[in-house]
Amino acid sequence: MRDAFLEVQHLTKHFPLNDDLLSHLTGKTRMLKAVDDISFFIQPGETLGLVGESGCGKSTTARLITRLIEPSSGTIWLKGEDLLALPSSRMLEMRKTIQLVFQDPYSSLNPRKTVMQILSRPLEVHHLAHGWAAKRRQVLHLLRLVGMGVEHADRYPHEFSGGQRQRLAIARALAVNPQLIIGDEPVSALDVSIQAQILNLFRELQDELNLTYLFIAHDLSVIRHISDRVAVMYVGKIVEMGTVKEIFAHPQHPYTRALLAAVPEADPRKPPPRLTLQGEVATPVNPPPGCRLYGRCPLATEVCGQVSPPLSDRGSGHFVACHNM
Amino acid sequence: MADPVLQLEDLSVRFQLKRGQLTAVDGVTFTVHRSETFGLVGESGSGKTVTARSVMRLIPMPPGEIVRGRILFEGHNILQHSDQEMRELRGKHIAMVFQEPMSALNPVFTVGHQIADALRTNLGMRKKEAKERVLELMQLVGIPSPASRYNNYVHEFSGGMRQRVMLAMALSCNPTFLIADEPTTALDVTIQATILELIRSMIERLNMSLIFITHNLGVVAHTCDTIGVMYASHLVELASKDELFANPLHPYTVGLLNSIPRLDTQTKYLTPITGSVCNMLAPPQGCKFHPRCAHAMDICTQEVPRLREVAPGHFVACHLHT
Repeated sequence: MRDAFLEVQHLTKHFPLNDDLLSHLTGKTRMLKAVDDISFFIQPGETLGLVGESGCGKSTTARLITRLIEPSSGTIWLKGEDLLALPSSRMLEMRKTIQLVFQDPYSSLNPRKTVMQILSRPLEVHHLAHGWAAKRRQVLHLLRLVGMGVEHADRYPHEFSGGQRQRLAIARALAVNPQLIIGDEPVSALDVSIQAQILNLFRELQDELNLTYLFIAHDLSVIRHISDRVAVMYVGKIVEMGTVKEIFAHPQHPYTRALLAAVPEADPRKPPPRLTLQGEVATPVNPPPGCRLYGRCPLATEVCGQVSPPLSDRGSGHFVACHNM
Repeated sequence: MADPVLQLEDLSVRFQLKRGQLTAVDGVTFTVHRSETFGLVGESGSGKTVTARSVMRLIPMPPGEIVRGRILFEGHNILQHSDQEMRELRGKHIAMVFQEPMSALNPVFTVGHQIADALRTNLGMRKKEAKERVLELMQLVGIPSPASRYNNYVHEFSGGMRQRVMLAMALSCNPTFLIADEPTTALDVTIQATILELIRSMIERLNMSLIFITHNLGVVAHTCDTIGVMYASHLVELASKDELFANPLHPYTVGLLNSIPRLDTQTKYLTPITGSVCNMLAPPQGCKFHPRCAHAMDICTQEVPRLREVAPGHFVACHLHT
């Protein structure tokens, strides 16, 4: 799969919780396995939706791919190059290819800088525009690209609504002409009517600029709307992955099914939301061997408590990590 | 329909802020009947929470001020109650569940102690008696092994369990009326499903009335009998759940329903509501929705539409429907 735009293999990030000498000597280190051996790929121009509940490792995955944190093990191939082996000189170059859009546009924009300053900063860092006039021209272009009037260029973030701020955050990501945009819950903090505007903006930009997206969200209907393929995460593992059609029409993994059954749909004729799993979400700290859903799963058998099920191909690109499917 | 329990009549709440005057709730009128579940839907800043807090008389005054209207609870205007009478009412008759259990609960007291506090203060229970009742309540809201959880602190509970604690506290003094303000918004979808189920079963079992505040139309579709939609301080539409979803009339309600991405179909583009919510410090003349409304007419820019009954039980405040 070297022709994939991004390919992640066995990506793992473990955070030690008590990293002192005594714990090492006594062998009692506790590991938070935020991301535990996940593999996936994204084709050029495609949107992969990454969905899961709080603490499942979605955001850690985003930070690993952008190398904001370094993985414990695994490889990340970007356009056929090993991202983790790149020297720091080439990494700056590569950072232009991948850009992040964060969840909360109230904390991701510096309140002391004007829009002009915020949007021209990446141009300076990557030497993409020289001189005030060139930067100005570029900033105005970016504003138009995200559907904002050029009169906003000299205003401060607090003068904008949540939706407009998210447009600015997207404009900043676009400043370096990236090819892959990672959206880490980019619409979760927005009201429904504004959320729809921003989702449409993501779509338009993808068509116009031929972008590839890794779109992280906890809202299944948002994921359903924006994605071509979907990966479902649970406690550090990808439990199911496939085309959006397959995942939503024929969910296989008990966790995916539970997630779908729990969504309250805005239609009183639909069945009410319910939880088909027992108990609470497992902890990623020193998880037992075996399936992470063991103990909650209605289908669990003995083997589930001992062996972690591999993510295996069930045909037509539908991958499921379950012993009983 | 059963008898009315809570009636809001022309309620208007204003805040005097440094930056100017803000009308958070403007002429809101609705009735909640016995055993009814009433959903109040709207986006951030629409006035849902201020409406609910007015019922509990929890609006800080100043800067807040109830400038008009009446709130009748079982026939008595609670806006004329003394502080003493309000303390009688809160907890024992009307209880509230908040969105953020982490900030609504006290981090330095054990969970059991906090629930017991409500019982001892409101019902004058003795320590031992209160503890027994707390254990019962914890059991009731589905907190596993209450006896060992009694002495835990809030940070030792997960988000869903914290919300169960909030609910146990709200139910502790047998209220007949519950106000839940975005009780599931901070929760994951699977946890939300269990809390919604719990609230539904409690309401039914204890024969309570409920005001459920949320921005999530999916949640009200499965929790409430009647739904009121708020936009920029006004109640713009009010109907039974089935009627509202089958036949939404206000352009804002229609817009909201169209904005939601759906689980059963995939379209390339959504149909959002254009623009953004008006500045509440300088709201537009006439209908507050008119700058975003595709059907706006001349009259909409001048005159605030009144809430009118256009079909039995279906009220809408829009000049298109008069």
